[in-house]
Amino acid sequence: MKYNLLVGGSAGQGMDTFTALLEKIFMKKGYYVFSNKDYMSRVRGGHNFIQLRFGTEEVTTFHPRLDVIIAFDEATVKLHEKRLRDNGVILCDDNIEVKHKNVIALPMMKIAKEIGKSKVYSTVAMGAVLKLFGMSLDKAEEVFHEKWDSEIKGYNLKAATKGYEMVEARFDIEEGAENDNILISGNQAIAFGALTGGVSFYSGYPMTPSTSVMTYLSKRQREANIVVIQAEDEIAAINMAIGSSFAGVRSMTGTSGGGLSLMTEALGLVDITETPLVVLNVQRPGPATGLPTRTEQSDLSFVLNASHGEIPRMVLAVRNAKDAFYQTIRALNLADKYQMLVIILNDQYLADAKQSIAEYNLNEIEINRYIATEDDINIKDYKRYELNENGISPRVIPGSIKGVTVLGDSHEHDEYGGIDESPEIRKNMMRKRMNKLEKLRQELIEPDYFGVDEPEILLLGWGSTYGSLKESVELMQSDGLSVGALVFGDIYPLPTKLLNKYSRYAKNIINIEQNFTGQLGKLIRQETGITAHKSLLKYDGRQISCEEIYNKVKEEVM
Amino acid sequence: MATDIKLFDSKEENSWCPGCGNFGILNALKKSLSELDLLPHEVMIISGIGQAAKTPHFVNTNGFNGLHGRALPPALGAKIANKDLKVIVTSGDGDTYGEGGNHTLHNIRRNLDITHLVHNNQIYGLTKGQASPTTAEGQVTSMQFDGVRFEAFNPLSFAITIGASFVARCFSADQGHLSHIIKEGIKHKGYALIDILQPCVTFNKVNTYKWYKDRAYYLDDSYDPSNKMIAYEKSLEWGDDGIPLGILYKEEKPTFIDRIPHLKDTKPLIKRKWKPTDAEKFLEEFR
Ligand SMILES: Cc1ncc(C[n+]2csc(CCOP(=O)(O)OP(=O)(O)O)c2C)c(N)n1
Ligand code: SF4
Repeated sequence: MKYNLLVGGSAGQGMDTFTALLEKIFMKKGYYVFSNKDYMSRVRGGHNFIQLRFGTEEVTTFHPRLDVIIAFDEATVKLHEKRLRDNGVILCDDNIEVKHKNVIALPMMKIAKEIGKSKVYSTVAMGAVLKLFGMSLDKAEEVFHEKWDSEIKGYNLKAATKGYEMVEARFDIEEGAENDNILISGNQAIAFGALTGGVSFYSGYPMTPSTSVMTYLSKRQREANIVVIQAEDEIAAINMAIGSSFAGVRSMTGTSGGGLSLMTEALGLVDITETPLVVLNVQRPGPATGLPTRTEQSDLSFVLNASHGEIPRMVLAVRNAKDAFYQTIRALNLADKYQMLVIILNDQYLADAKQSIAEYNLNEIEINRYIATEDDINIKDYKRYELNENGISPRVIPGSIKGVTVLGDSHEHDEYGGIDESPEIRKNMMRKRMNKLEKLRQELIEPDYFGVDEPEILLLGWGSTYGSLKESVELMQSDGLSVGALVFGDIYPLPTKLLNKYSRYAKNIINIEQNFTGQLGKLIRQETGITAHKSLLKYDGRQISCEEIYNKVKEEVM
Repeated sequence: MATDIKLFDSKEENSWCPGCGNFGILNALKKSLSELDLLPHEVMIISGIGQAAKTPHFVNTNGFNGLHGRALPPALGAKIANKDLKVIVTSGDGDTYGEGGNHTLHNIRRNLDITHLVHNNQIYGLTKGQASPTTAEGQVTSMQFDGVRFEAFNPLSFAITIGASFVARCFSADQGHLSHIIKEGIKHKGYALIDILQPCVTFNKVNTYKWYKDRAYYLDDSYDPSNKMIAYEKSLEWGDDGIPLGILYKEEKPTFIDRIPHLKDTKPLIKRKWKPTDAEKFLEEFR
């Protein structure tokens, strides 16, 4: 059983705090939660909303149908009432003019004034929400206690109790179960992954929706003994990270599309100097400034090709908060193992969406650096770019071995890093670098698959659409459709085993992406010859829902 | 005490034109490193792209030859990663003041503890003689056929104005003076800009050895490099008015790393100890 709430108003009305508290309360009650934000690129005013979904099973995506709308302004009602279920409820202040049969207007402002703290008006609504679902206020009290001192807690508790008393229980929901879940957003999961995975140096330049990764790390610099630099621009950011990685520290940089455009030349520098680096790109709709606070998956083709010349790179997309954590750590290890560039793709939707998931198991995490020591090299004749049988040159940390110097070079170079234009060297060095992709292919992770064993309809997607795809497949399966979905995390090099397996049965292959040109579809065609018969492409800056996928697929195949 | 200067000899073939001012800088640099009793693995020389930027290839130390204009960002990364390294940036005037101008500006503000040698030949050497930011207004080049149409950039005034803690000018033909100043720059705690007049015998037929020699003079002992206003005035002297050589300005102030408390008094970042389970305490807030 899952319920869907929407909290709406203008920026600055405290919706973030409201939702965060409600999430905590639901978590403590043992429910799974999922929330995603829809906000405008402005600091005050406008219309913003947060959707909060909760239930007794894991929630991987939002749902467009609403059970409760908590409206802090009239616009919220106007914009979202269409999505309210028949038995749904609109909660709002009684000074908002709303004509809707399901409205419960509460004197929120008046109550807050009576209590003597006008800020607590939204807490009145919180109490009402809890009552609507027949929950007690005990966990709310706990959460307030953690958040505020006793005075502020007192005001809020009074407000919640008032709201609680003013409505009747309306929805049935089973009790939640004790669990060890954590509540974390996609970007937090990446940042926490970076921290756990040993990133010691992070450089970036603020750009929505990537900034929260840098903010997270920056705030914990002292406690974790890491260094975070706000660079003068993205060109500096990536070149700083390259320098620190070259000097031996695990490093990472992150940005959004526009910043990545500026970093492009340096992506090639990572490759030719064979410096390990993880670059995070949290996508937003482009081009240029585009829609700064909205979502899209339109940088895939770009990151597959970014940099002049030809370079090996790994591209992976994170699909949910669990994946975001583990994949970030894996990306860091792979970058070190192959001394190469790994690009992580996220997008605004997943970056800001918070979900409750089972706690990460830190005991199973490994940090592997693959650094060469005195025993691995000939100290008298160290070659940073040695051509050897295993295809990976020994990486010595500059300064770590007396008598050994390390030369990194952006020109084509000989084994020592010296500038060399000979055709032989060029061929050998190109082969050595590009061959890393062949090695990497041996350890790719196949896409997630859900659906029947021999699907007639095969859906293809990647990254953040994971949740909607998963739920839409469940809906279609309950309708008796023979359907399955492959959702890619590792994208380049492209893992092809499951793709080959399931595409054999499919009469209808549909690629579902948040972009205009079907970028994954193109890549799959290019790499395997498998062509999607149809595409469902969404590029309005809003995340695709399970319902949209469900309706579209039904329309196409019925 | 000094280390054997031969330790700094590189095996790589030099590709500069005979007579180029870069040779003087290269030799002075090696001399300074040896006189400071440094060993090759303790030093990292970082550059962008250009003729000057090939320097890391011609000295045996750790080196990183990156992208055009982008010498300073990797230098920052490397210094933060391993503050025990002596980090030296060698780059051209185009690299430093043109393509990489933004990085120059902000790393001066950071007072990053590095020594920055700008081989200022007042021209783009590698790309065959186009104007650089320091080419004189009106000078005819291989690209500016009617002469350069705007005023030359004054790196010293710029650096002093935005708060550089060490600003010097040298001439590549005087290795004794140059190596002395380079040593001072390396010893200086903070960002040291050493703008070095470096004749490009192939493409700059105006600013020749003779041109510089006729105009350059040394600041003597009576000069006080701690007075910012006087330093600024000195930095404006150029051309036929005379070109002052020496340390124009010097001040002690906290370096970038001094302002990172958890890095300042501890081991270099590269020695950081971390295991994944150390992240346990950061999980708490998500519970
Ligand atoms: C992004 C980029 N733009 C342009 C170039 C071409 N380029 C290489 S060096 C150079 C200028 C060199 O002048 P300077 O930095 O003064 O060094 P010099 O060769 O005179 O020592 C240019 C324009 C390049 N390598 N990369
Ligand atoms: S072109 Fe000029 S700067 Fe370059 S090596 Fe020749 S003389 Fe020196």
